[in-house]
Amino acid sequence: MSSNSPPAASSGSDVPLTAVQTQPPGLVTLFFAFAKMSLAGFGGVLPFARRAIVERHRWMTADEFNETFALCHFLPGPNIVNLSFVFGSRFRGLTGGLAAFFGLVGPPMVLVMGLAVLYAHFGDIPVLRRILAGISCAAVGLLVATVFRMMMPLIGRRELPPLILMVAVFTAIGLARWPLQFVLLVAIPISLGVTFLMQKRASA
Amino acid sequence: MNSDANPVWGLVVTFGLMSLFAVGGANAAIPEMHRIAVDMHHWLTDKQFADVFAIAQLSPGPNVLIVTLIGYAVAGFGGAFAATIAMCLPTAVLAYVVSGLLKGSKGARWPALIRTALVPLSIGLMGASALIVSQAADRTWPAVVLTVGAAALAFATKINPLWILLAGGCLGLAGVV
Repeated sequence: MSSNSPPAASSGSDVPLTAVQTQPPGLVTLFFAFAKMSLAGFGGVLPFARRAIVERHRWMTADEFNETFALCHFLPGPNIVNLSFVFGSRFRGLTGGLAAFFGLVGPPMVLVMGLAVLYAHFGDIPVLRRILAGISCAAVGLLVATVFRMMMPLIGRRELPPLILMVAVFTAIGLARWPLQFVLLVAIPISLGVTFLMQKRASA
Repeated sequence: MNSDANPVWGLVVTFGLMSLFAVGGANAAIPEMHRIAVDMHHWLTDKQFADVFAIAQLSPGPNVLIVTLIGYAVAGFGGAFAATIAMCLPTAVLAYVVSGLLKGSKGARWPALIRTALVPLSIGLMGASALIVSQAADRTWPAVVLTVGAAALAFATKINPLWILLAGGCLGLAGVV
């Protein structure tokens, strides 16, 4: 779940900043590198991607990685999937992007398809039901922890407008169950306006 | 082009559109997936939705693969593939295009502004995700205690989340929840 938290800015700072490899990776290398980090990524691919790209292969410096991830984080969609495409395309153009993308998504997707078949056949067996019930509870707990971790800096800054927006979105989606598109088309402009005004006031 | 006529086409439209609004990643889109898959189309029951959420969290790879499981439930392997690609590829291509556009404008202020503006929204969405899945998963008091315990452990320690999920599975097997 850590794929949703912003990257730790300093975690790769022990890597020399100039140590980026000069030889760009090929399509096959991209595919397998991303397949490997994806399949290792239990509970979030981001830490594995950072380790592989910055520390093992030295394809990017820590700063470049953070910058690329930040871009993929403000765009919609699964962040780490966005990152794979942007990263691959940087070295090998559009085909490089596709190679990294299918490396990241393909192998675990096949694995999950296998799990889907097993679930369709055995999902109602009592033993499996009990195990899944326990895992579901724990999985919700992990999500709750992620939410609180992301909330801490927001609370620490003691700014009311972002907190109000957060609660409003939670209420509209979680309690009122309004459609996502509708809520975001209202909330995003408001949040952009509020953030802009707050930054303007802070710099004035 | 009616989505009822061809389920795979319906999946592509549903998840392709949803991905463009998945601000903050896959876990922020969980409420919308639930609204469409459980409330609107009855592709899954509430309990099955909690199950596929758990399976997606447990398996390696990006958490977005919950859509693979939803797609499979609707239209088998073709549905699983179509849903996954529809949820992942459009935004990945969008990211590619935007990163190309941004190359010339290093140090521009507005990407940071957008990011700051989206953070509270994605936290609200993920909170709603947790609420919606918990309404299916936490039906008994021991289940609620397990969820709270897992949340506290994950919040306070750096323990690998996989161990917390497996511990939850063991407690489930033992009949605690």
